[in-house]
Amino acid sequence: MKSWLTTTDHKRIGLLYFWTAFGFFLIGGTEALIIRAQLVRPAGIGVSAETFNQLFTMHGTTMIFLALMPLSAAFFNFIIPLQIGARDVAFPRLNAFSYWVFLLGGLLLNASFVAGPLFGADRLSVAPDAGWFAYANLTSRQFSVGPNVDFWLLGLQILGIASLAAGFNFIVTILNMRAPGMRMLRLPPFTWMTLVTQFLVITAFPVITVALVLLMFDRFFGTHFFVPSGGGDPILWQHLFWMFGHPEVYILILPAMGIVSEVLPTFSRKPLFGYTVVVYSGVVIAFLGWTVWAHHMFSTGLGPIADSVFAGTTMLIAIPTGVKIFNWIGTLWGGQLRFTTALLFAVGFIAMFIIGGLSGVSHAAAPADLQQTDTYYVVAHIHYVLFGGTMLGLFAGMYYWWPKMTGRMLSETLGRWHFWLTLIGMNLAFFPMHLSGLFGMPRRIYTYSAELGVTRFNQLSTVGALTIGIATLIFFWNLLSTRRRPINAPNNPWGGATLEWAMSSPPPVYNFTVIPTVANRLPLWQTERHAPMEPLPERPPAPIHVPGGSWWPMITALGMPVMAIGALSRLLPVVLVGAAVLIVGIYRWAYEPFET
Amino acid sequence: MAHAHRTSMGLDSRKMAFWAFIGSECLLFGSLISTYLVYKGRSLVGPYPHEVLNIPFTSFSTFDLLMSSLAMVLALAAVQRGDMKQGKLWLLVTALLGMVFLGGQFWEFSHFVREGLGLTTNLFGSTFYVLTGTHGAHVTVGVIWLLTLWVQALRGKLGPGQALTVEITGLYWHFVDVVWIVIFTVVYLIQ
Amino acid sequence: MSEQAHATTGTYLRVAAILVMVTLIEVGVFYVPAFHTVLVPVLLVLSAFKFTLVVMFYMHLKFDNRFFVFLFGGPLLLALAVVVSLLFIFYGALRLRTGV
Repeated sequence: MKSWLTTTDHKRIGLLYFWTAFGFFLIGGTEALIIRAQLVRPAGIGVSAETFNQLFTMHGTTMIFLALMPLSAAFFNFIIPLQIGARDVAFPRLNAFSYWVFLLGGLLLNASFVAGPLFGADRLSVAPDAGWFAYANLTSRQFSVGPNVDFWLLGLQILGIASLAAGFNFIVTILNMRAPGMRMLRLPPFTWMTLVTQFLVITAFPVITVALVLLMFDRFFGTHFFVPSGGGDPILWQHLFWMFGHPEVYILILPAMGIVSEVLPTFSRKPLFGYTVVVYSGVVIAFLGWTVWAHHMFSTGLGPIADSVFAGTTMLIAIPTGVKIFNWIGTLWGGQLRFTTALLFAVGFIAMFIIGGLSGVSHAAAPADLQQTDTYYVVAHIHYVLFGGTMLGLFAGMYYWWPKMTGRMLSETLGRWHFWLTLIGMNLAFFPMHLSGLFGMPRRIYTYSAELGVTRFNQLSTVGALTIGIATLIFFWNLLSTRRRPINAPNNPWGGATLEWAMSSPPPVYNFTVIPTVANRLPLWQTERHAPMEPLPERPPAPIHVPGGSWWPMITALGMPVMAIGALSRLLPVVLVGAAVLIVGIYRWAYEPFET
Repeated sequence: MAHAHRTSMGLDSRKMAFWAFIGSECLLFGSLISTYLVYKGRSLVGPYPHEVLNIPFTSFSTFDLLMSSLAMVLALAAVQRGDMKQGKLWLLVTALLGMVFLGGQFWEFSHFVREGLGLTTNLFGSTFYVLTGTHGAHVTVGVIWLLTLWVQALRGKLGPGQALTVEITGLYWHFVDVVWIVIFTVVYLIQ
Repeated sequence: MSEQAHATTGTYLRVAAILVMVTLIEVGVFYVPAFHTVLVPVLLVLSAFKFTLVVMFYMHLKFDNRFFVFLFGGPLLLALAVVVSLLFIFYGALRLRTGV
């Protein structure tokens, strides 16, 4: 147990991220199921408006920050050092710190569900309830009286630190810790997409940090940054939030695209078609992702020039995305396809992401968006790209890399059930939302009138959601039941081409007996141009130093939620204690002898 | 600290991480400066900038911070060539100049409050205090960092082997100075 | 650690002197009413010059690996774009709508 608390090993941290994130995914999914139960019929099932507000706010916040991002991080952690031929990340303790901060931030956010009595609320739950993008000035002290929004902004502030730390860590790792011969254009596509994503993280998160600080000052100290009566402009919140928020969605999708670019070649027994173009498209998507934010604000009266500019940039981003899709199809074309569950999910990603991309392009046309915005049409879009896209991509990664991470194979039979039920379920759940949205069903409403004519669509969506739920439980059962199997997965069960498959499953603690020298993009494959690299020795020629663990990442991480609790309860001494823990932790960390 | 392993770009990992961090901080301060600029001239009530901002005083603060960057660079040069006597001196001078800056900020803020400009008085107050306060917090962290190194040097535990640590400290300190250059121009000189 | 060319103490002192002089010019421009029409561009140029000097010489970017220029310069340009675009959105749009 102690070794898990003090671990700085990227493989263990990856597993910690996985299980924690999956747990939050189940919580977010439960929130979705309650939402869908309430919306199955016009009058609902008795969920109050206030509870409903908390449910959709927490569902969105949880899925984005506590499920999708950390599930991606699970793979960044476990796979990237292996793919680049390194023994660990550049800053192992910082890596552990990121995990603990994530866990604590997530716990703080969810603690709000039962913290009501501590705040004298008349209900158990004071969970955030202003939507996952918390528009001002609904979030002002005047209109959001309780601690709900405070939990949200403090929780997100903490989670932001985790992401930023990981961002710096992985940028340096990918650039500076590559094995000899691992030139940038020999990097596996997943590593490339991760690198691009981390640049988005370190540029976008500071902006939401500022937005949250300004909101915090409004709510805690009485400033009027977003309060009209004091001269503040709620639109500034939207700009700052979406300047973060749009890069954030590319942060969510690019890693999954990277996974697809790994899975397709392996199960087509063909290299990724147009590798260089796929990499550059990822870079272009990230760059353009910074230029489109106000397409979330077409209905706020930006004016014709801004509307046109953002409509244009938004349409432009479809191009590199389309390029990737064609290259993926080109990879499959003519390949010797093996339809493992991983490949099914990767192909499913392509199909579902195309649908989500099409609704996205329709949003880009500002006049059309005026009808679509704030309706279920947008909900359809985001779930096609984030569930049909990111989540299916992550599932592909899970089936693909599970043997490497745990030494056990997942059941392919259960995997097929998981895939098909998920695919059917998600289309049943989200496709009708295009229609209910266009027929006028707004977002974030807890009941709707039967006269609106969207009841049938909602019923289908609820059935779809339930189907997804069942599929997910089947997957969860798959995960749990493999734990009883012996750890006997081969080094390279799928015949992959990249370095993570070179050693045992799971790899030894030091990753590689000898750091390989890389000569091409597909080191483990025989191709027309080259032979596979020499197998690595069974045992290291000399003892390999592996750094021990450290308590300081976890202890330092603890300082922040303590500060947050002090802020929530307006107890300055508690804030100071948290700050002291943080500072002492940093000093002890800095002066600890730690050899990588 | 860890001895240097071979790296794929031939660059020190900590230095690379720190430049990435500084890049990230550009977005942080950029967003705060944007907020200040967007709300310029929109205060519903006074005091207004021209009524309270004191250019001569702030010019002195600017001069102080610029000199502290000089001191920092001299400290680094000294540590790199192994002259720990000079290294200790210049580290301390840098920290002291930083503390003078902070003292000046504290005095300026109290003066503004006496003139009626509080955090919540108007948009100018809010944006001004949050922007310069964030910068001041960064300076404070820098001063603590410098004093920590100074104490470490007093204990004989800082030498040319730790030159990279001092260099990174310098990067942080100069960045904080450079942010002030922007703030001085955008907040004080361009009213 | 790569140290190709290296600035000397003399260089640092010269840079410091230039920084002080430019600051004095900036303050001068501020106080002399005749310069008020060109105040904003002149101050922006002068402060950008100071910024560049500190980054190139004190932060050693002139002599270091070009990659650090990218690592800092990219986000810096982005930050500038953020400031400019928000200014345009909030003031440009305002000017357009009010026809000023």
